[in-house]
Amino acid sequence: MARITIEAEYCKACGLCVSACKKGVIRFGGGTNAMGYHAVEPDETKGCVGCKLCAVVCPEAAIEVYR
Amino acid sequence: MERVFMKGNEAIAEAAVRAGCRFFAGYPITPQNEIPEYMARRLPEVSGHFVQGESEIASVNMVYGAAAAGVRAMTSSSSPGISLKSEGISYLAGAELPAVIVNVTRGGPGLGSIQAAQMDYLQATKASGHGGFRMLVYAPSTVQEAVDYTCKAFQKAEQYQSPVLVCADGCIGAMMEAVELPEMADPSPMKLRFFAAEKAGETRLAVTSLLTPDETQEEFNRLKAALYEKWEREEVLQEEYLLEDAELVIAAYGVTARVAKTAITVLREEGIKAGLIRPVTLYPFPYASFDRLDYTRVKQILCAEMSIPCQVIEDVRVGVANRAPISTVLHSGGVLFTADDIVDAARALYRKE
Amino acid sequence: MEKVYQRPKTLAAAPTRYCPGCMHGLVSKLMAELVEEYGIAGRTVAVLPVGCGAMSKNLFTFDVVCAAHGRAPAVATGFSRCAPDKIVFTYQGDGDLGAIGLSEIVHAANRGERFMTVFINNSTYGMTGGQMAPTTLVGQKTTTTPLGRDPLTEGYPMKMCEILSQLEAPAYIARFSLRTPAGVRRAKEGLRKALEIQLRGEGFAFVELLSICPTNWGLSPENCLKWMAEQSEKVFPEGEYSRAKEVK
Repeated sequence: MARITIEAEYCKACGLCVSACKKGVIRFGGGTNAMGYHAVEPDETKGCVGCKLCAVVCPEAAIEVYR
Repeated sequence: MERVFMKGNEAIAEAAVRAGCRFFAGYPITPQNEIPEYMARRLPEVSGHFVQGESEIASVNMVYGAAAAGVRAMTSSSSPGISLKSEGISYLAGAELPAVIVNVTRGGPGLGSIQAAQMDYLQATKASGHGGFRMLVYAPSTVQEAVDYTCKAFQKAEQYQSPVLVCADGCIGAMMEAVELPEMADPSPMKLRFFAAEKAGETRLAVTSLLTPDETQEEFNRLKAALYEKWEREEVLQEEYLLEDAELVIAAYGVTARVAKTAITVLREEGIKAGLIRPVTLYPFPYASFDRLDYTRVKQILCAEMSIPCQVIEDVRVGVANRAPISTVLHSGGVLFTADDIVDAARALYRKE
Repeated sequence: MEKVYQRPKTLAAAPTRYCPGCMHGLVSKLMAELVEEYGIAGRTVAVLPVGCGAMSKNLFTFDVVCAAHGRAPAVATGFSRCAPDKIVFTYQGDGDLGAIGLSEIVHAANRGERFMTVFINNSTYGMTGGQMAPTTLVGQKTTTTPLGRDPLTEGYPMKMCEILSQLEAPAYIARFSLRTPAGVRRAKEGLRKALEIQLRGEGFAFVELLSICPTNWGLSPENCLKWMAEQSEKVFPEGEYSRAKEVK
């Protein structure tokens, strides 16, 4: 049982976390944040394992991980 | 007060230590090598730090770092080396960091001659780097003044959080004279405030010369412009010598002014009423001394400078404002003035009258 | 559930000013994490460069001193000598460190100054629009090598770790690639070693981090990672080039 939170206002939708996630937990969101980016969002159905890989590579330090 | 017999360069170094300087970085160049050499042995005695930089550029940036840490810091060089330091001097001015820079000037341009000259006047007073900043520039005429104005340079650098230049020609650096040295000043770290940091509401140390439009470069520049105007009102120093009845006024600074005084004695014995205006601060320039002259009496202005072409004349012209003809008597490239050079030039002018 | 990864408080609560996918944010985060982990925010000073890296000024919450282009090692020398209780690191890009500031970094390293350098190598000048850097690869197209870097006229990419490892004074020199999460973790451990050398006062440490510039490479961040694997990591292999030495 694990989950991530993403600070959408920091996200620039670079996709490095999407590439890093082995479980496909992170997807690009439909909306735009204040900077105009399609901030990523977690897909709660994909079974996050709390491996932290997404958070480790996030250049914006926008992802926090709970386990 | 302690009275000792010292060489100009070493006196400048000792004065810096006594003014609280605890960091020095420099790079070898003639004719100022005694300053870093003296600092290399002296600073460790007072728990200070000496670094021989890999270049003038590195040295002035080490001083930038030391000043950011709140430590009174100095670098020294000679003409070509000051050109290299110009980048760092501009950054010091932009980041509001106090530091003292000593230029023991030689002949130029390029590598020039290593002998004494006064070829850096325009660089020192108009643009010691990019960006339109100004520096207080002190030009000592004796070794005692080299001591006094080095100390003053540290006080003013701290007071105004600005680089300050001591512009001593190679003669002052190389000559030995008896000097009185001041007591040791308190070397505890400086308390500095930074416009950019305060504007951004910083509570941490944040030293930068990069002001974005948010941090209002224009406002910073206006503050500095106001400061330079204050300097022009309050920080001008000059010596006026035998001007009361003078008909011929010599304009000279540094070691040349000493020779001019000897020439004035000779000229007065011949009945030629000569006097001297000696800018002590090259910037701000003592325009008022030239403005105050009674031009119904003063018939000739003679600029004596170890620079060809004459550089100080550009400021003398502003002060004289076409009220008297201005002539020059010049040497450069290591040829020093004799009193006779100036006497002959003055006689020739007087005959023309 | 327990929070097992959090944004360090040593980063300002605001988005970075870096482009999407730029790893400057990542490297700044790693340094901020270490500063927080060791509880040294009150005595850490970042000496920042000219170039993109200067934008970390508003990212770090601890002390910052901004240097002239390439001069950060000289500024750090002056600062750290005068403030021996501070933990000082320079943060420099490849143009800043490998071109205009080559002299400053080599001599600071050679003096074994008490600070560490974080060197971000993305093979280009990012801030000014993607010109050739000293670390640009042979054949790599930049705005000033429009046909690709030609070694006959532009020389070869400069390998800073290898160059600095010829010196006797540095306590630690290493290069890591930020391409994978594992690489990022290795990079952090390298930065940790360099920082611990500072905490022990053992002298100069240098960590080069292989990075990307999606904006000026003209590639998506994902394709930048592929290019790293195929190109830059071949020229700039990971490794520790100089082990910590006993400091007398």
